Amino acid sequence: MKSNTWTIIKKEFARFFGDRQLLFTTVIMPGLLIYIMYTLIGSGMTKMATEGADELVILRVENLPQSVAPMVETMPSVTVLQQPFSQEDIKNLESKDFNEVLVRFPEGFDELIATYSTESGVAAPNVEIYYNSANNASSRVYHVLEASLSAYEDQLSNRFDINRSDTPEVHFDMASSDDVLGSILSKLIPMLILMMLFSGVMAIAPSAIAGEKERGTIATLLVTPMQRNELALGKVVSLSGIALLSGLSSFIGIVLSLPKMIQADAAGIELGLNYTVSDYVVLLLTILATVLIMASVVSILSALAKDVKNAGTMIVPFMLVVMFCGLTPMFQSGTPTSLAAYLIPFYNSIQVMTATFAHEMTWLPVIVMLAANVVYTGVAVWVLTKMFNSEKVMFSK
Amino acid sequence: MSEILRVESLSKTFKLSHKQQKIERTDRKEIVAVDKLSFTANQGEIFGLLGPNGAGKTTTLRMLSTLIRPDSGDAILDGYSVVRQPSEVRGKIGFLTSELKLEDFFTPNYLFDFFSQLHQVDETTMRERKQQMFSRFGIDRFAEVKVANLSTGMKQKTSLVISLVHDPDIIIFDEPTNGLDVLTARTVTDYLQELRSKGKTIILSTHIFSLVERLCDRVGIIIDGRMIACGNLQEVCNGLSLEDRFFEIYKEVKGGEE
Repeated sequence: MKSNTWTIIKKEFARFFGDRQLLFTTVIMPGLLIYIMYTLIGSGMTKMATEGADELVILRVENLPQSVAPMVETMPSVTVLQQPFSQEDIKNLESKDFNEVLVRFPEGFDELIATYSTESGVAAPNVEIYYNSANNASSRVYHVLEASLSAYEDQLSNRFDINRSDTPEVHFDMASSDDVLGSILSKLIPMLILMMLFSGVMAIAPSAIAGEKERGTIATLLVTPMQRNELALGKVVSLSGIALLSGLSSFIGIVLSLPKMIQADAAGIELGLNYTVSDYVVLLLTILATVLIMASVVSILSALAKDVKNAGTMIVPFMLVVMFCGLTPMFQSGTPTSLAAYLIPFYNSIQVMTATFAHEMTWLPVIVMLAANVVYTGVAVWVLTKMFNSEKVMFSK
Repeated sequence: MSEILRVESLSKTFKLSHKQQKIERTDRKEIVAVDKLSFTANQGEIFGLLGPNGAGKTTTLRMLSTLIRPDSGDAILDGYSVVRQPSEVRGKIGFLTSELKLEDFFTPNYLFDFFSQLHQVDETTMRERKQQMFSRFGIDRFAEVKVANLSTGMKQKTSLVISLVHDPDIIIFDEPTNGLDVLTARTVTDYLQELRSKGKTIILSTHIFSLVERLCDRVGIIIDGRMIACGNLQEVCNGLSLEDRFFEIYKEVKGGEE
């Protein structure tokens, strides 16, 4: 005797894989879109960061002191003009088309700073740098100048240093590049995974349940001797499977575009993700448990809805709650220590994923989370079964 | 002939919405769709439920097919109770109505297999039955055409065939010829007679007198959810034509109200 649950799952898969358009929009498109979008954003940011780097800038300096002259004269892509400038010249900088920076040192700068004492109560000598931050080249020169002068100031009054490194082999920040990447990933990726899974469920669940109700095809199923719980389980499992595929596609898109997104090359971060097999197993189990409970809740909402449109509306508040859970790692430091926190659906999966990405995974919370989610899914399937049994839910229009 | 279906005092009420209360100018919160309905049907006969629209025919058939649950009373089909053993009942019956739709996306061939599996029909039987039924109704040429692209008549024939994948002993048919063109309607009524000759029991609902006269061995007249007359055609008609007799009964029941 074949299981009816399996028959239902096969039918849902046949429906899904047989429909090229549906397959494309839910499985192929999300990954592709994310890859293209993130790559574009990444290269856009690179462009912004490098733009104006080799554009020639005119640097007009008034009262250039001896001590600063070598530093100014060795700046790349800069023509230094030692001449005074007027208020008019400053005004001209308002147009961002001028690759120009104006610097005014107080007269006798070197003597002033040599004799200046902070205890005197007199304002310290001031260097004026006029630039236009909307002009990339102008902005670049300003930042270089500002940094060099600050460094010079530090050097003048140097009483002590922090983390001075004379040899490049000495590291003070002991975090490995793994940890740095881990902490970025741990805050970002769990939310993305949750969103991707949700959009996968959203794309198919309403039409698979509310749609069958709307089109009158669910009644045809309900007059067969199949048990209602077989139908409920079959729907939840097949929807989860398809949502997983959709989530997987998005995930691949993210992984492929992430190096471009976070400028891995520029930052010199190795993307050799140093995760162990058990990390991956935990991630996989967490995703499975999450998608099951997600699919069953969305199924319940879809079963309550009159039609597909109505289902979409009913799912929105639930989606907001799930998204909020996805954002929690941003607002908290570390993962909760109380095991009870891992009983909260969605929040628990997010926390486990965050810990796993941050290389801080421990088994007990994982087990609590998995057990809780399996129980919730069981309850949800039971509720869905009751709903399939209820003529009010199934036939009310 | 042995009794295969026994309906005992079946009742069903529906809640009225506020708007509906206003339309009907009533303070009643509920409407009685089926009111203590009882009848029996024997194996190998066609039993017709005759009544005007809104008399409770469809509600009765939906209770018999376990899609909705009676408020009180019960129906026993081939030894199984619709209240206590709905799953077993569903295995015994084939329910046909225009409100049961097939998924547009699939082909008749796929759907036949799918529903056969849900009815736990074994592979060999399924294949034999499919071949026989598809050629009987001319579906074989369209076996691989998606339901969405079938003509209305072919859709209805497919629907009929798929409701009978498990070769049920009891066939419940709501308005068998509604919306069918004359040719398809004839095919369906012919097939119902063929099923009867094979010893199947058919319960159908209709408001068409000629259909009852042509097909049914026994008839029950339902008005306002109550069984007003029930028996074989001669008994019910009492020497009149079915149509005349129906309006006579209708006046007797409704006369006082007008």
